[in-house]
Amino acid sequence: MGRRVLITGLASFWGGLVAKALEQDDSVEVIVGLDTREPTIELERTEYVRSDENYSILSRIVQATRVDTIVHTFLIIDSTQMRAKTMHEINVIGTMNLFAAASAPGSTVRDVVVKSSSYVYGTAMEDPVWFSEQTPRTHPARNRVERSLESVEGYVRDFAEDNPHVNVSLLRFSNVLGADIVTPISKALELPIVPSILGFDPRFQFVHEDDVVRSILFVLDRHLPGIYNVAGDGLLPWSEVAHLCGKRTMPMPPVLTGLATWPLRQIGVPLPGELLDLLRYGRGIDNRHLKEAGFQYRYTSAGAVEAFIEAVRLRETIGSTAPSYRYERDVEQFFRHSPAVVRDITDR
Amino acid sequence: MGPMERRPTTKSGDETVDTSHATVSMLPVRREPDPVLDDPRMSDVDEWGRSEHMRGLARAAFDPIYRNWFRVEWDGLEKIPTDGGALLVANHAGAIPSDAPVIMHGIESELGRPCYGLADHLFKSLPVVGTYWARLGGVVGHPDNAYRLLREQRQVVLVFPEGSKGPGKSVSERYRLRRFGRGGFVEIAMRAGVPIVPIAVVGAEESMPIVFKLPNVAKALNLPYFPITANQLLLGPALGSIGYFPAKFKLRVLDPIHFDVPPDQDRYSKSRIMDESEHIRDLIQNELYDMLRTRRSVWFG
Repeated sequence: MGRRVLITGLASFWGGLVAKALEQDDSVEVIVGLDTREPTIELERTEYVRSDENYSILSRIVQATRVDTIVHTFLIIDSTQMRAKTMHEINVIGTMNLFAAASAPGSTVRDVVVKSSSYVYGTAMEDPVWFSEQTPRTHPARNRVERSLESVEGYVRDFAEDNPHVNVSLLRFSNVLGADIVTPISKALELPIVPSILGFDPRFQFVHEDDVVRSILFVLDRHLPGIYNVAGDGLLPWSEVAHLCGKRTMPMPPVLTGLATWPLRQIGVPLPGELLDLLRYGRGIDNRHLKEAGFQYRYTSAGAVEAFIEAVRLRETIGSTAPSYRYERDVEQFFRHSPAVVRDITDR
Repeated sequence: MGPMERRPTTKSGDETVDTSHATVSMLPVRREPDPVLDDPRMSDVDEWGRSEHMRGLARAAFDPIYRNWFRVEWDGLEKIPTDGGALLVANHAGAIPSDAPVIMHGIESELGRPCYGLADHLFKSLPVVGTYWARLGGVVGHPDNAYRLLREQRQVVLVFPEGSKGPGKSVSERYRLRRFGRGGFVEIAMRAGVPIVPIAVVGAEESMPIVFKLPNVAKALNLPYFPITANQLLLGPALGSIGYFPAKFKLRVLDPIHFDVPPDQDRYSKSRIMDESEHIRDLIQNELYDMLRTRRSVWFG
């Protein structure tokens, strides 16, 4: 019997990529994807279920599909995407309901992978250069992303404690760069002049989007429980990040920096508080725990920056290379369920 | 962290089987050598923020001051290991301490190995200053940073256990060591399995002596102390903040202290730590008295 996987946030960047990768895996029998929006990439055999943002129908889905694996990618890290309340609903209430459903009596769930972020460590001047998985943060959370991720990780810990028969993996990703992902950092690096804070040149760490997906598949494949930092090797100064992108930096004042970002917000490049903290003090997370488990990265921090800027250059020259796709329910239903479609997947 | 740290289990049929006893055979974790990744770095800034290029420039600029202004004289420099980790512990003095650059310059130019300096995180929060401080080898004095530098990277690390209480003392209290913190430096050396090398420094006190302090200004600016120095009284507030008096620097390196405890323990005996800390403080204090007894002139040694 193959694996039965539930993915949250199918229409999100990560949910779609993980689903697409899992479709290639013959040992995965069923993939169910939940989201509030329709998927934006073409998927062959993933079943899309529309839900509200806090998954009130989740326990019914878990029961009906008898999934054994949950990949929880629907956590909003980019606070500029939506209002605080929506983010709270998705991150905190969504995770709460997800784990409530997964721990219901008779639940078949045996593996859970949660995609968290290194923002849970915070950023402060007292911080060590490297955070290991056990290093506590030095200050209470100051912004809503960090607060909501802390609550989420609290639910993850409680769930792991109450359900010792379930492998719970918590992955904390560093700032992601790559060919396709759009984040406040990638937007800032696409500006002709990259914003920085006057007198500060902190070290940044990046992880390439391919390594993010590969690490999720890696822990799924190995049934690895525990907390893992996922980040490329090495730290590099923000000024060097800009130089790698072939740009200069434009310093903002070190006091009232939030106000100084106003013009940037007007041109669609908002710099949220958690990024301004990073631009002041930076952060490094120790990636050796996952390496010791056998994972091999394909990109260093600087390598991720280079891959990102090469993709930007290509896009600037020939436009977007991503195939455009629009989810149409009837068509997808036909391909997945009509007896008229010849499938070789079904007789496995 | 308990339940999150369980051993891997694998699924067989419908039940979960604990394979922790057979982890090695059932999970063939092949440790192939990591592939060499493309790492397109453009600067030589390391993970601590130090840049050898910037250090080189700073050494070139500081060398005339080191040789001709402070006329630094080392005694027992050969006691500092030329490879492997070592924690250098020295007395701290001067309103804006001149001992840190002198020791770091000395180690790097005379022994040819990099020297990192642990310091208060206050530096990191200052614009411009914080960046240069990091480029020149300053690292926030966090135990994790010290452990990684000493144990894993086998570097030489300089620490002033008196912290800001050392440079914050008035000229009337010169060469009297303050409390050595809570002995954290001893614990770190034990955990990292490296020797402590005490260094007694004479000269820094007189290079920028504090005449009096303004505690209210310090409080308002959130600084540990706000000094008015003899340099400022003589040279004016601007020049006096950077112009050191040409005090003669003499540094004496004491015998390295090795601890007969295993490294990497979670905890070490607190009483042992405090005893060792007090012992090292006494060693440096007595050495200072000895050096001051034979010093004929503040300016000529």
